[in-house]
Amino acid sequence: MNGAQDLGGQMGFGPIELEPGEPNFHAEWEERAFAVTLAMGATGSWTLDASRFARRSLPPADYLSSSYYEIWLKGLEKLVVSNGLVTQEELSQGKALVPPKSVKRVLKAGDVAGVLAKGAPVDRPENVPARFKAGDRVRTKRMHPETHTRLPRYARDVEGRIEAVHGVHVFPDTNAHGKGEQPAWLYGVAFRGTDLWGPDTDPDLVLRIDLWEPYLDPA
Amino acid sequence: MSHDHDHDHDHSHLSDIELRVRALETLLTEKGYVDPLALDELIETYETRIGPKNGARVVARAWADAGFRERLLADATAAVAEFGFTGRQGEHLVAVENTNETHNMVVCTLCSCYPWTVLGLPPVWYKSAPYRSRAVRDPRGVLAEFGVTLPEGKQIRVWDSTAEMRYLVIPQRPAGTDGWSEERLAELVTRDSMIGTGLALDPSKPEDAA
Repeated sequence: MNGAQDLGGQMGFGPIELEPGEPNFHAEWEERAFAVTLAMGATGSWTLDASRFARRSLPPADYLSSSYYEIWLKGLEKLVVSNGLVTQEELSQGKALVPPKSVKRVLKAGDVAGVLAKGAPVDRPENVPARFKAGDRVRTKRMHPETHTRLPRYARDVEGRIEAVHGVHVFPDTNAHGKGEQPAWLYGVAFRGTDLWGPDTDPDLVLRIDLWEPYLDPA
Repeated sequence: MSHDHDHDHDHSHLSDIELRVRALETLLTEKGYVDPLALDELIETYETRIGPKNGARVVARAWADAGFRERLLADATAAVAEFGFTGRQGEHLVAVENTNETHNMVVCTLCSCYPWTVLGLPPVWYKSAPYRSRAVRDPRGVLAEFGVTLPEGKQIRVWDSTAEMRYLVIPQRPAGTDGWSEERLAELVTRDSMIGTGLALDPSKPEDAA
């Protein structure tokens, strides 16, 4: 979707604010928002792509005026309600009013290290031959889906070159919306800065973007 | 959505966002979806065990051990697993090496994708709109704000983490460090140098040697 999250190339945000010796968390509530988001992810009630979409589909003014963990919190609130784990009424009142729904698992303290170390790889068996190989010229699709996508706006309808073939990976555009993993080939595609941004751009700039096969056509 | 939080006197010093997080955690705990001890453990893990010191050890070994460097460049996920650094946000790691010809820099324009297993949680600037918007269009301008000036003609490769691939920059090894132990070398490897917004510390420079 063309949301506020798709920031590549937008202008006017000012200088980067650096904070020497920055802590991981700036307040206790950030720690809790972080941890509760991870723990709820571990219940298996939604995919990582679905949680990303929940954050990105915040209205642009809300997204841009929220701090990072505020965005996580707002995304999580949407997810627990839309997945029927919590009612809007419960969220408003901050207390349980109806019995819980059963979830696949509840993360226990003793399992944290193991679960984190295991991660959740998204590579899948190679089910079909790859359409492209390293060196091939490709053009990204001109597309503006209202649903989740990982093809950034700045890289649409642009010619690039396949540099890496990463194998078959879960396709976020479907996985975010309960339409299954639909694994697709993933490629590392190189673009010249001037092809993306025009002739005024640094001639020595190359962008490398990881893109799934459904985003690409032969050039 | 409405927020009918109970602004009683006990909580009056808490901000709206603090109340909102607390309410959600309480509710999810009450419903049995989360274990508060697991939350503490998650926070503790990223506060004390997973952070850029992991990545610094990896880079130092790549500098000191040519065989490891090759394994790292061929399959970074497998190579960092030799240290026991595996799992979440490191499932598909790629190491990219800075050279005299090329400088690498990593961003996630869409959110905050970052190699947690080797760098920990990203700093606020990495997740912020100024960095995410400009890193892909004006990396030299961004680098200047970090105090890094690259020679003209040096290729800048910016890696936008749009999939689950996570990128670790191997900075160039500073001159004059021959024979240094991995432990000593690791002290030269900063978090920013592994994102590509910085360079490794140079012991010949007074400001870095301090």
